[in-house]
Amino acid sequence: MILTQDLSVTIGQVPVLSAVDLRLDPGTITGLVGESGSGKSMTALAIIGLLPRHAAASGRIMLDGQNLLTMPETRLCDIRGRRIGMIFQEPMTALNPLMTIGDQVAEVLRVHHGMDRKAALSRARARLDRVGLPDPRFPLSLYPHELSGGQRQRVAIALAIAERPDLLIADEPTTALDVTTQAQILDLLAGLVRDEGMALLLITHDLAVVAGIADRVAVMKSGRIVEEAPTERLFRTQDHPYTRRLFAASLHVPARREHEHARSGTTPLLQLRNAVREYRLPQGGRLRAVDDVSLTIRPGESVGLVGESGCGKSTLTRAILGLDPLLGGSIELDGMRVTAGRNMPPKLRARMQVVFQDPFGSFDPRWRIDRLIAEPFHLTGRPPDWRDQVAGALEEVGLDASDARKYIHEFSGGQRQRIAIARALIIRPRLIVLDEAVSALDVRVRAQVLDLLADLRRSHDMAYLFISHDLSVVRGITERVLVMQNGRIVEDGRAEQVIDAPRHACTQSLVAAMPRIPQAWTARPVPCPGPDISHAGRGA
Amino acid sequence: MRPGLLVGCLLAGVALAAAALSLVWTPYDITQLAIAEKLHGPSVAHPFGTDHFGRDMLSMAMLGARVSIAVALVAVGIGMGAGVPLGLLAAANRGGWLDEVIMRGNDLIFAFPSLVIAILITAVFGPSAVNAIIAIGIFNIPVFARVTRGGALPIWTLDYIRAAEVSGKGGTLISLQHILPNIANLLIVQGTIQFSLGILAEAGLSYVGLGAQPPTPSWGRMLAEAQTMVTLAPHVAVIPGLCIVLTVLGLNLLGDGLRDALDPRLRVLR
Amino acid sequence: MLRYVFRRTISLGLSLLVASAVVFAVVELVPGDPASFMLGTGAQPETVAALREQLGLDQTLPVRYAAWAAALLQGDFGQSFTYKTPIAGMILDRMQVSLPLAMMALLLAASIAFPVGIYAAARRGRIGDAAVMGGTQLGIALPNFWFAMLLVLLFAITLRWLPAGGFPGWGQPGPAIKALILPAVALALPQAAILARVLRSALIDTQGQDYIRTARAKGLTAGQTLLRHALRNALIPVLTIMGMQFSFLLAGAIIIENVFYLPGLGRLIFQAISQRDLIVVQSAVLVLVAAVIAVNFLVDLAYAAIDPRLRRR
Repeated sequence: MILTQDLSVTIGQVPVLSAVDLRLDPGTITGLVGESGSGKSMTALAIIGLLPRHAAASGRIMLDGQNLLTMPETRLCDIRGRRIGMIFQEPMTALNPLMTIGDQVAEVLRVHHGMDRKAALSRARARLDRVGLPDPRFPLSLYPHELSGGQRQRVAIALAIAERPDLLIADEPTTALDVTTQAQILDLLAGLVRDEGMALLLITHDLAVVAGIADRVAVMKSGRIVEEAPTERLFRTQDHPYTRRLFAASLHVPARREHEHARSGTTPLLQLRNAVREYRLPQGGRLRAVDDVSLTIRPGESVGLVGESGCGKSTLTRAILGLDPLLGGSIELDGMRVTAGRNMPPKLRARMQVVFQDPFGSFDPRWRIDRLIAEPFHLTGRPPDWRDQVAGALEEVGLDASDARKYIHEFSGGQRQRIAIARALIIRPRLIVLDEAVSALDVRVRAQVLDLLADLRRSHDMAYLFISHDLSVVRGITERVLVMQNGRIVEDGRAEQVIDAPRHACTQSLVAAMPRIPQAWTARPVPCPGPDISHAGRGA
Repeated sequence: MRPGLLVGCLLAGVALAAAALSLVWTPYDITQLAIAEKLHGPSVAHPFGTDHFGRDMLSMAMLGARVSIAVALVAVGIGMGAGVPLGLLAAANRGGWLDEVIMRGNDLIFAFPSLVIAILITAVFGPSAVNAIIAIGIFNIPVFARVTRGGALPIWTLDYIRAAEVSGKGGTLISLQHILPNIANLLIVQGTIQFSLGILAEAGLSYVGLGAQPPTPSWGRMLAEAQTMVTLAPHVAVIPGLCIVLTVLGLNLLGDGLRDALDPRLRVLR
Repeated sequence: MLRYVFRRTISLGLSLLVASAVVFAVVELVPGDPASFMLGTGAQPETVAALREQLGLDQTLPVRYAAWAAALLQGDFGQSFTYKTPIAGMILDRMQVSLPLAMMALLLAASIAFPVGIYAAARRGRIGDAAVMGGTQLGIALPNFWFAMLLVLLFAITLRWLPAGGFPGWGQPGPAIKALILPAVALALPQAAILARVLRSALIDTQGQDYIRTARAKGLTAGQTLLRHALRNALIPVLTIMGMQFSFLLAGAIIIENVFYLPGLGRLIFQAISQRDLIVVQSAVLVLVAAVIAVNFLVDLAYAAIDPRLRRR
């Protein structure tokens, strides 16, 4: 059993953890949830003794009655990997690209037992089998680049559990993975805890993930644990106000407008007919990333496009935005043909704008906000009152007109997404493509941005194409959902219908893999309507 | 301010100031020979001593700074002037045939040992400071092209470039408005490094007689002339060498200091 | 893997082809024509005409290039204008000095740079790192020919430990190696400084990678992580620099050979320049360029040996 008692960490003068008490029992899964910057990862690094060099820890981390914080580095090395294992968020970079997976797993055994390579490799074989990378298909001689993200995460798990540690720390182990892969990895972790009796500290920002798997949950905010209880009790009672806010935000659905389908008869705003796009693969051959896709978006409609990574949705998006040419088929916006690059008339381009996922890469760090927001005026010519329009756009997205002279680094992630929306809005487009626009945001900020988007659509009568890997986000903001797989649209229907009664196998597995909080647990908090309620409201 | 940056500024500043001053004033007129005064060690009248013709070494060193700095500076100008646009062009057409042609051309020039080609050029066209500039400058082009492209490529993947494209901007406009300002730091730092390498290269060429020609003094030639007199009067060999070392050291410290001050993650070619 | 080697080989061939064309073309750009350039201004018209014929200047440029390149492929570099002897033999003689010198210098540079770079990366941000990095700054700023003069002053003239110059030939291996020690040190030290800095920053880069954190979480000590995981990954940029350095070393050797009066390729080139023996200059330069291209080819192969991701392409 591992205990942290009064664990505090400071970096310089700044406290990042304050008085953290955690009890990690064998065979139990403890979920540690909180927003980014709350100190979740720092807790994990403190326990495994890998804090950044300038961080100072106080309090106690007890393992077998010994305090890890006062232990010399050489003894800590003996504990890491043997008594405590850890896996990280990013499976693509977590493995040494120059070493075979067999050697990487075997290295743990060799370091701790001085085992010879052959014996260690045969043990490594067994561990890889255990994590679902069985022998003939996954030989020890594979290199990480020959595996997918989910498979790499399995290798990372294999090397973390190679020594059957007492505690496995998993820091956002599934955040970088697709939902179906996420479900498999979570199953694997739960199975390992059950079979091998280790303790699991599961760090995540996603309440639904811990709801499905954790025995106990601790909620963290600003370096403190504000609430800790058995999972179901915590979800049902939500004693701490912060816990309540977090729950409400994660279930938040923006208010819908009344006559969503009123204009179903009007001419389409965006129409794709049999669109095809291919890539040349580095190994030779071609990949048909968009395969005979047809779709329509009517004026003022909000449409979701959902699929796992590599399904072709990004490629399709680039083609719709007129950035890449099609190999076959056509895209029409307002009845005019969308073509890539310079051939597309600015007037047509001006009817369409985009908001991207990454709040940090979406803005030139050397430009001021007013210039950034005014950039789309390149399409229409900059009006003399452009400064007033920029100020207006800033106010519309909930920022201040005086922000116009600032640089982007002065804003938080959520504010940056608002600025991105202001930039998309400034030339009054008829369609905004929202490319994973809220995926990088914390739940509470995400809820606010979704509300803003819903309001703006109502006031400006715009259509949205909302691209996401996350069905639960799409459900709140769109009326119609398209599901994409292997370059094809496999399902197209009303959002509720697609999510509650999926028809295609791909959609069914997406929906099944979607982590959710059991409805019974969340019945109490009134402000967030459950799926049933919203469904009933729609029928009226 | 970091100590490295400070020392770098100081050393490079002294060299630049000495070169600038030599345009209007030197302690002695070096066209006047004074054989009687030859190979004197450092003294109050001649702080750096005199050479084998009795000329004042301080005045020689100041004039030498002028040649070295002028050659290196113009060579950096040539490298930047041609290399940066090529790099921007290659990055804007990343993956295309133009990118391929530019980068293969670059690789080819890189594959040539620069000094050897400089020697070939000066051998064919005759030794002179201008030919030295051209020879050094040509080899700066691929360096700047590579650094520019290397700095531009990650920026091209960022979403703000997508946003600019959605706003109807083409490759040229994006390169000028978004890419260039964001790699300016990188270019300044690389420029400092190439400047210092240029001074070393010029010294090497002059030393073997392929740089500035007599009577123009240059640090490299002063060293060549000193070689036979090292045992008699070590100062004639030590002083021009120290001038080179300190100037180059100053520029390198300046470059590293600037990089750390501007952005420690900058990718610079050495 | 085979595909990768094949593509590299094709590109090696192309580089050599273009390089030979460039070297050939530069000589063609000589003011006047090569014959009158080589004979100087005072030459008799008949002599010029005779040389023109010997060089085949009456033929068109592509024809001459083709003939020249075809001869080169058979190891025929033509005859020296000054000495009237086959150039191939002269170059071969001189290579026996230049190549061992460059190799010695590269080995020396690497054996200094690796411990220094690893030490500095391991002590990053501390006194040891700062001191070592300060030293490398000085090393980079040293012009190797000046450093050579200082070495001669100290070790040859004052201490009399090593010869100040000249080369006795490989018939006496002991003295021959002794004669190359100072030149090799003079060449190697500035390059060692550059290499150490590159290695340090490459190591520091790789130490920030996620897989290093994974290795630490496995229970490896900081030192084990550095040597087993970071070093191999850092080797890729280091190899690139070493490939480029070979080119610097060969070129630097040209100047250093002059300081030490070594009968290498560099001295040959300078003698040929002063004698206006363009054919020798051209051939010797081409050999140097080809050596550099060949080394870069080997570096490319080494990448593939280190990095499994390259082998697939």
